[in-house]
Amino acid sequence: MILIGISQRWNPQFWAIQTTEQVKYLNFLDNQFFKEAGEMSRFTARFFKEASKPKQEYEEFIHQCFVIGYKTLTLVGVTAFIMGLVLTIQSRPTLLEFGAESMLPAMVSVSLVREIAPVITALICAGKIGSGLGAELGSMKVTEQIDAMEVSGTNPFKYLVVTRVMAATLMVPLLSSLANAISLYGGYLGVNIRGHVSWHLYWFQVFDALSFGDVIPSLIKTFFFGFAIGIVGCYKGFSSQKGTEGVGRSATTAVIVASLMVFIIDLIAVQVTDLLGLT
Amino acid sequence: MERLSKKPIIEVRHLNKSFGDNHVLKDFSMSVYPGENLVILGKSGSGKSVLIKCIINLIQADEGEIVVLGSPIQGLEQDELDDLRAKVGFLFQSNALYDSMTVRENLEFPLRIHWTKEERALGAEAAVKEALEDVGLLHTIDRMPQELSGGMKKRVALARSLILKPKVILYDEPTTGLDPITSREISQLMVRVQKKYNATAVIISHDLNCIEITSDRVIMLIDGTCYADDTFEALSKSTDHRIKEFFT
Ligand SMILES: Nc1ncnc2c1ncn2[C@@H]1O[C@H](COP(=O)(O)OP(=O)(O)OP(=O)(O)O)[C@@H](O)[C@H]1O
Ligand SMILES: [Mg+2]
Repeated sequence: MILIGISQRWNPQFWAIQTTEQVKYLNFLDNQFFKEAGEMSRFTARFFKEASKPKQEYEEFIHQCFVIGYKTLTLVGVTAFIMGLVLTIQSRPTLLEFGAESMLPAMVSVSLVREIAPVITALICAGKIGSGLGAELGSMKVTEQIDAMEVSGTNPFKYLVVTRVMAATLMVPLLSSLANAISLYGGYLGVNIRGHVSWHLYWFQVFDALSFGDVIPSLIKTFFFGFAIGIVGCYKGFSSQKGTEGVGRSATTAVIVASLMVFIIDLIAVQVTDLLGLT
Repeated sequence: MERLSKKPIIEVRHLNKSFGDNHVLKDFSMSVYPGENLVILGKSGSGKSVLIKCIINLIQADEGEIVVLGSPIQGLEQDELDDLRAKVGFLFQSNALYDSMTVRENLEFPLRIHWTKEERALGAEAAVKEALEDVGLLHTIDRMPQELSGGMKKRVALARSLILKPKVILYDEPTTGLDPITSREISQLMVRVQKKYNATAVIISHDLNCIEITSDRVIMLIDGTCYADDTFEALSKSTDHRIKEFFT
């Protein structure tokens, strides 16, 4: 057996076959990637088309804001608080080395508001909202509930997708702003575990360090995070393949793709704010 | 025959539908006449569900023409299609109840588009109760679909497809999974509905009792085409072995 294995490895034909197999595999991956990207762009275009049509589903939109926003609140709040606390505790030794301990509130607030709070919130939302949408719409698709909606004269895209994407676009920035605030409270606690900074001084330093150039761009990018999470979740759910396995896969890929999108958007946002001189 | 003097309410001409290599419907044609209950009988996987989904344009046919209530369904704008769909009830094989809504909300759902706000405020409650009473499930009005048994779900789905008092009703296996007594009740209900609203129905079924009670005419879908088209009595006496298979 081993001899056959070795002689096979010396056989040029063997390698030729292996390479074509690999090329085929890569081709397959590429096709799949571009196909998916194309489909998702089409889905996004359809979103704008349907959203601009008259007659909005306000009731469902408000219900979704509740589902998406309110039910993620605790999770985001707790995480934000811990984030602020941990970041402060971790940063102290480094600042101490430079004798810049008094800069702690300023440094922590800038890094929380500019980057950490929005991105972590978006990632949590990608996990919670993205998988929720993927699974919900996926199972509706598989059990023909979306078809039933269509038969009853309701436009399922408008009723299910437009409302959910809009709700996510609105709720993620709200959650992120809240995370900003709560993480700064965490920071206050962190500062006071070892040192002592009065309540007033802490907030004075925090607001002194923050400028509109820190807050506004980071707020704007969260709208894009929310939109991306909504679109990816709904797209994955809507294009779910038959069967419960398909629903599971929609939910998982929704989380993966949405998280990836969050980082890509973040990267673009950094470049744009840099170009606009807002840093 | 009497029906030949009437204009068909559903007309399917030379319908072809494939999924990849799987050629499901091959040049299928049929006509459904006003007031009749037409049963479609065929083996599992023969394309019955695909056929009635084509009739309501949930699945787009590859070729062929489908005319429902005088409108060619493939050429309609979305608004016209929605209006037409209001006149057509559809019972899904899988029931397709909205599982995030109660039974009441499930039944009210079709009303939100086709009734005005005032109409709903005045009549929705009564319409929902009447539809549920018809299927004998008034007491489940505030339950969630998950809390119902398979047969109860089917009956709620049936009530939902009847709530707009449609002119045409497409039933995909209305009695599958029900006990013989409920099955007979549902079949009788279907006949009653047809009389009460002067509706026309296309029924997909394997249940011989149901077919016997409901059918005015039976079409056998074999190999993607209309293999036979006759009354239940005539077909049950047929000597053709492919037809006999279904009646033994
Ligand atoms: N969306 C789809 N994609 C691919 N193939 C499909 C699709 N829907 C149906 N088919 C195929 O079409 C054929 C007919 O399916 P259909 O659901 O109409 O069967 P049926 O006659 O209703 O059977 P049953 O009595 O079991 O419900 C099957 O071979 C099925 O695999
Ligand atoms: Mg079927």
